[in-house]
Amino acid sequence: MTTEVTIFVNGAEQTRAVEPRTLLVEFLREGLGLTGTHVGCDTSQCGACTVLLDGKAVKSCTVLAVQAAGQHVTTVEGIGSVEALHPVQAAFWEKHGLQCGFCTPGVMMTAIGLLQERPQPSEGEIRSALDGVICRCTGYQNIVRAVQDAAVRMAARDAQTASD
Amino acid sequence: MQLIGVPQKRVEDPRLITGRGRYTEDVRLPGMLHAAILRSPRAHARIQEIDVAAAQAADGVVAVYTGRDLAGKLGPIPTAWLPPDSDIKATAHPALAVDTVRYVGDGVAMVVAESAAAARDAIDRIKVRYEPMAAVVDQAQAMAEGAPLVHEDAPGNVAFHWKAGTVPEEAFTGAEVVVRRTFRQQRLIPNPMEPRAAVAQYDPSTGDLTLWATSQNPHIHRVLLSSVLGIPEHRLRVVSVDVGGGFGSKIACYPDEALTAYAAMALGRPVKWAETRVEHFQATTHGRDMVIDVELAGRRDGTMTAIRVKNLANMGAYLSTAAPGVPTILFGLIVTGAYTFQHAAVDVYGVFTHTTPTDAYRGAGRPEATYLVERMVDLFAGEIGMDPIEVRRRNLVRPEAFPYQSALGLTYDSGNYQRALDQALETVGYEEIRREQAALRQKGRYIGIGCTSYVEISGLGPSEVAGAVGFQGGLWESANIRVHPSGKVTVFTGGSPHGQGEETTFAQIVADRFGVPLADVEVVHGDTARIAMGWGTYGSRTTAVGGSAIAVAADRVIDKARKIAAHMLEAAEEDIEFRAGRFAVRGAPERAQTFQAVTLQAYLAWNLPEGVEPALEAAAYYNPSNFTFPFGTHIAVVEVDAETGDVQLLRYVAVDDCGKVINPLIAEGQVHGGIVQGIGQALWEGAVYSADGQLLTGSLLDYAMPKARFFPAFETAFTETPAPHNPIGAKGIGETGTIAATPTIVNAVVDALQPFGVQDLAMPLWPERVHQAIQAGRNGR
Repeated sequence: MTTEVTIFVNGAEQTRAVEPRTLLVEFLREGLGLTGTHVGCDTSQCGACTVLLDGKAVKSCTVLAVQAAGQHVTTVEGIGSVEALHPVQAAFWEKHGLQCGFCTPGVMMTAIGLLQERPQPSEGEIRSALDGVICRCTGYQNIVRAVQDAAVRMAARDAQTASD
Repeated sequence: MQLIGVPQKRVEDPRLITGRGRYTEDVRLPGMLHAAILRSPRAHARIQEIDVAAAQAADGVVAVYTGRDLAGKLGPIPTAWLPPDSDIKATAHPALAVDTVRYVGDGVAMVVAESAAAARDAIDRIKVRYEPMAAVVDQAQAMAEGAPLVHEDAPGNVAFHWKAGTVPEEAFTGAEVVVRRTFRQQRLIPNPMEPRAAVAQYDPSTGDLTLWATSQNPHIHRVLLSSVLGIPEHRLRVVSVDVGGGFGSKIACYPDEALTAYAAMALGRPVKWAETRVEHFQATTHGRDMVIDVELAGRRDGTMTAIRVKNLANMGAYLSTAAPGVPTILFGLIVTGAYTFQHAAVDVYGVFTHTTPTDAYRGAGRPEATYLVERMVDLFAGEIGMDPIEVRRRNLVRPEAFPYQSALGLTYDSGNYQRALDQALETVGYEEIRREQAALRQKGRYIGIGCTSYVEISGLGPSEVAGAVGFQGGLWESANIRVHPSGKVTVFTGGSPHGQGEETTFAQIVADRFGVPLADVEVVHGDTARIAMGWGTYGSRTTAVGGSAIAVAADRVIDKARKIAAHMLEAAEEDIEFRAGRFAVRGAPERAQTFQAVTLQAYLAWNLPEGVEPALEAAAYYNPSNFTFPFGTHIAVVEVDAETGDVQLLRYVAVDDCGKVINPLIAEGQVHGGIVQGIGQALWEGAVYSADGQLLTGSLLDYAMPKARFFPAFETAFTETPAPHNPIGAKGIGETGTIAATPTIVNAVVDALQPFGVQDLAMPLWPERVHQAIQAGRNGR
């Protein structure tokens, strides 16, 4: 038994037939071939699958595709490109905020979610906001640095946009 | 441009931060099928019957295999480290259990279906009738009279018995002070964030099998799997380019990848298998799990003279690929740590139990050795009433003593252990913190200071030694450097980085030597079709050994280019200087040719010097003459809440010496990650089995992984004492943090609890345990 679901992914309307049990992350990975969003666990702990759902960071392994119907999803593929990196991507690169890179898309989406709510978070707020993600490589310190750097970059970008 | 020792952003990052990494699970092939594996829910049972009819009939199912179906078609999974003179019983692991299951997670059947969901649904329809048998999970109990046997041919469940070193009896009978302790290294789950996965594609017209796999060492997987699958090695290609961390758990050859490859060959369609996180907990190797008795002899003046160690290592139900090397060579030879013990002896039993096999986990043997010696230093200091820092200072190998022959026969290559200790003490402000500690205790607050001065064995290693200690492979590394006609460079390495950043580090080594921009150098790894041979990434060997191979190959390229340049410049070869990408005539710097111009001539070959062949490419197969011995001192300051037993980490200082640092940004990142894993073992992580063999900590819900908010910012620094025996001076930095952090934290917590008379705490230091120790101290026990 399948149902047709339409989700706006990275700005494009996507309609696929899904089973009731199909997870949003399966819709993205299997349905659309957007493999940047990763699956690291089966109990909603690791956060590697974090995406933005109508602008809010959510774990896409914990949302059914049918629940996301009609909503806007942003994945790591939708935030920037190598030629035009999102400030969070640029900051993770600059500050060595990743090693194996597997958790990184989810961590970056979590960071974007945080910075939208708190544009200038303290170190403590950043560490708390990362509670929904697990990174086994970096020891988190350079992720924290990267989020701090991203906050500066985003503020600069916003100031630039305002002055334009 | 100077590129060595200069921070460089990683060249691998653009694809990883834009979601364009290609991890194994991302591989999608036309017509691909999906596999799922039914795993034993029992630790020990005889399989009476497997009924696969309902699974076979289920929608989308293409094939179902049991152990019996594979008899004669798929070989058993071998063990590849066989320590000599250890009476080893390396019972090979059948890819799927045939008559008997021996741990929860042992494979029983595999379903291949049109979708992953269909495959998973179908394994639930397989009916297995088990005859339960008694199980044993603890190594000491497994060795006891009458314990259930894991394998009939291993009496007492002893898989091997290995010894090293001797201690004369009078070293203990005549000692002024003897300290005895038993330490338990709890079992850990490696948990790289990417679970294991495999995708296999077979072309029957050529006999070529391509296997994308989550591997730290694709060439080792190729040679082992070619024998398991019975296909020629040159027909098997293993690809592991983007791998999401390993920490030792992706070294081993597992049944699952072999099954995936088998199914692809049998069915003539690509097959993917990907473990779930819960499967990772059951079916991917675990780490540590040792019970270690230690006796230390010393004098009241603070000199430590002898150490005797007995280790019961829990190997699980089968000996995994590299597992026997961990509690023997990688643990046993380094139990004297950074100190000048006169005598040392190690006695190691590898023990079978009905648990998931153990194998290397970040540090692999060295964290366990470092833990015991660093805990013993503190206990000995307490016994003789001396500051533990002073005991360390008195016993550390002196800088002038290198190369230093340890009591267990290793030759420590180079070091200045005192300098790292001094720098760490100065950074943390040791005397000041001791004063603060005394003042806070008056107010009922308990802070503690813990220290570790470690040395480790890395840069694995000389192949002759590998052979002597029973590793069934070499430990050299390959490099092939191909300079293209335009002067751009491709480097092929047999190392297989999976997060450690050697696409950048290695490019730095080559760009620095050739005097070309970093962006002109590409590093290729993790594909047996592109790299002739290699031994992979583990044991902090990739930069020290693989990087050295690259340096040697680069110098061979330069040697050839120099001949061509001399010919072009009409000068003698010995008069040509190569600096910053230019070949120039000595004393006449205007007479010069660029690296790129010389390269082009090498390919055009219009006018080469006599005896010089066209093209510009060189290979090197670097076999190190010794291991490398990174060292350092870590110091932690913790506060313990005496009411709750909660441990808070206030400061963490790490001074590491990994020889020459190629990329400080990457080296620091390795230290951060290592520290967090080491602290994870000290404070939170621990796999727990019930007595009947159920893994009670079977998912990320039950197993505590370190999170960002548990830590302050670490204060890290490096001293640089180059490795004297390799061309780049690098030693290895991948495991130092994990090795040092665990005893550092436990020493700090025990130090904090001195007012309660606490001397020992069992890891992990869960608040409940700390609280009980405080209560016992308060009650005068």
